[in-house]
Amino acid sequence: MSADAVRARVHPALACRLAIAARVLLAILGGYMIAALASGWLALVLPGPRAEAVSTATLASFAIMAAAVIWVFAARSLGRAALVMGVVAALLSTGLWLAGAFQGGSAA
Amino acid sequence: MSRSKSVRQSMAWLHTWSGLVVGWVLFAIFVTGTASYYRPEISSWMRPELSEAVSDPVAAATSAGAFLRKTMPDAMGWSVRPPNAENPAVEVYWWQSPGGPFHHALLDPSTGERSKVRDSRGGDFLYRFHFELNLPPIWGRWIVSACAMVLLIALVTGIVTHRRIFADFFTFRRDRSAQRGWLDAHNVVGVLALPFHLMIVYTGLVTLSSMLMPWPVLTAYQGNGLRYYAEAGLMIAGRPPAGRPGTALPLGEIVARAIAATGQTPEVVMVSGPGDAAATVTAYFEEPPGLAHLHPQIAYDAATGAEIGRIGEAGAATRTGAVMVGLHEAHFAAAPLRLLFFLCGLMGAATVATGLVLWTVARAPKGADPDGFGLRLVRVLNLGTIAGLPAGLGAYLLANRLLPVDLDGRAEWEVRGFFAAWILAAIASALYPRARAWPLALIVPAFAFLAIPGVDALTVGEVRFLGFDAAMAGLGLLLAVGARLTARPRQNRTRAILHRAAEA
Repeated sequence: MSADAVRARVHPALACRLAIAARVLLAILGGYMIAALASGWLALVLPGPRAEAVSTATLASFAIMAAAVIWVFAARSLGRAALVMGVVAALLSTGLWLAGAFQGGSAA
Repeated sequence: MSRSKSVRQSMAWLHTWSGLVVGWVLFAIFVTGTASYYRPEISSWMRPELSEAVSDPVAAATSAGAFLRKTMPDAMGWSVRPPNAENPAVEVYWWQSPGGPFHHALLDPSTGERSKVRDSRGGDFLYRFHFELNLPPIWGRWIVSACAMVLLIALVTGIVTHRRIFADFFTFRRDRSAQRGWLDAHNVVGVLALPFHLMIVYTGLVTLSSMLMPWPVLTAYQGNGLRYYAEAGLMIAGRPPAGRPGTALPLGEIVARAIAATGQTPEVVMVSGPGDAAATVTAYFEEPPGLAHLHPQIAYDAATGAEIGRIGEAGAATRTGAVMVGLHEAHFAAAPLRLLFFLCGLMGAATVATGLVLWTVARAPKGADPDGFGLRLVRVLNLGTIAGLPAGLGAYLLANRLLPVDLDGRAEWEVRGFFAAWILAAIASALYPRARAWPLALIVPAFAFLAIPGVDALTVGEVRFLGFDAAMAGLGLLLAVGARLTARPRQNRTRAILHRAAEA
């Protein structure tokens, strides 16, 4: 355990609490966003009938959200967690754009 | 190694705090959901005037249709459940807009008028509380879903944490026996029914997935959910209203055609746009044997009685989702399996309860330090929820027998009885002396449940309710055992304190 972590444990300072609050926020908002983007993208790109792709994506979405949330708390630092979540969200958004989700304006 | 250790520590932290934050709501969700496995039994106990005789579904549907035409001819939809062995009355709903309000009535099949049975929400109140918490439906469902997601995360992180706890089993910590006792209890009920816990929380999220995760339908169907349901084989595609009034056949005529076509009485018939010329009647049949929650459906033209369409075949993924919903609701389960589900649900409630208590036991200050505000708050909320909710449930059932049968707004008074008893029990348990708070708080609902058979015998006294009354007495005994058990660990704690004092 690093010296910082030890100090944070002994003196639960404001900074420590803010860091926890930020992780909680990132987990809730980021986790849901990743799940929403990923399920929306999967519904467009999964093979097979459209309805089946939607069903699969919907069923998988909760596992995706749980995994994202747990990852946010397992990450070594808040910055790293935020960076990876941001990159994944950007990749998924690009995927959605490539799959044509933003054409027609109804899905924007 | 320190890396993996710190991951496990952060998982333990996440398990502890996420579990604490939603624990009280989760406990209520588990208890009322577990009770909902016996929703028909609770409903029939709470409406003792309903006889078990099954009447003709065709005539019952016709008279229900006439009642609805009189009550709301311009409704957006009607729903009629013909009488069956489980529910001898005809249950009707009618509504003006898709968001409700959904009006509800029980009809006497022989007269087609409102049934004279005592006004009660029966098991439906507990069922709806399970996922709406008696709040406005949208709010309740989102709150329950958020708690379910946190539970899913608490379960996964609990499993990660548990690998370490398993090693700790072989670590002898004599001076912390009370804490270890609660930890062991938490692990036993949590791990024994772990497959059930994981299944029930994930499938619970799936039951509300169209509200929680509309995004796949949004991208692939531009938000047209009805089209998705039709293509997926979950619903029959609807018809747009014609915009001019029409004359429908008697509803029983459609039910007769549905019976002739399948040899089965429909479980429910729904009429969409009943006053319109393009009114459609959809007959929903019971799920065929199997796990999936997929009701066969046939749609009829309400005016001519011609068959419009049947439901399509669901694909593998859609069927998987339907199996998940089926597993959650356990309609497929015969009596022994349903009992197993019920026991697993109780273990889920016990896992939450022991976890909440463990939080306070693990943080009890050593020696003469005063208890902090947070600790006292959690203790009070624990008592108020874990012992208060059963008191409310006992009061709900007792109110059903003790309130005057023709009281105005009787069903609402039963619900008020539930909340009043819960709140009173919670306040009282906050005022009990700390040392005896748990036994006192648990003995109150124990007596309430033990009183149910006697009160039932004096007010209704029918042989067919003996089984239900015995089950209530059993729950009362279980609560009494709980009161006795919580009275005991204190001796251990005293011994531990003495032991520590001797060491010091």
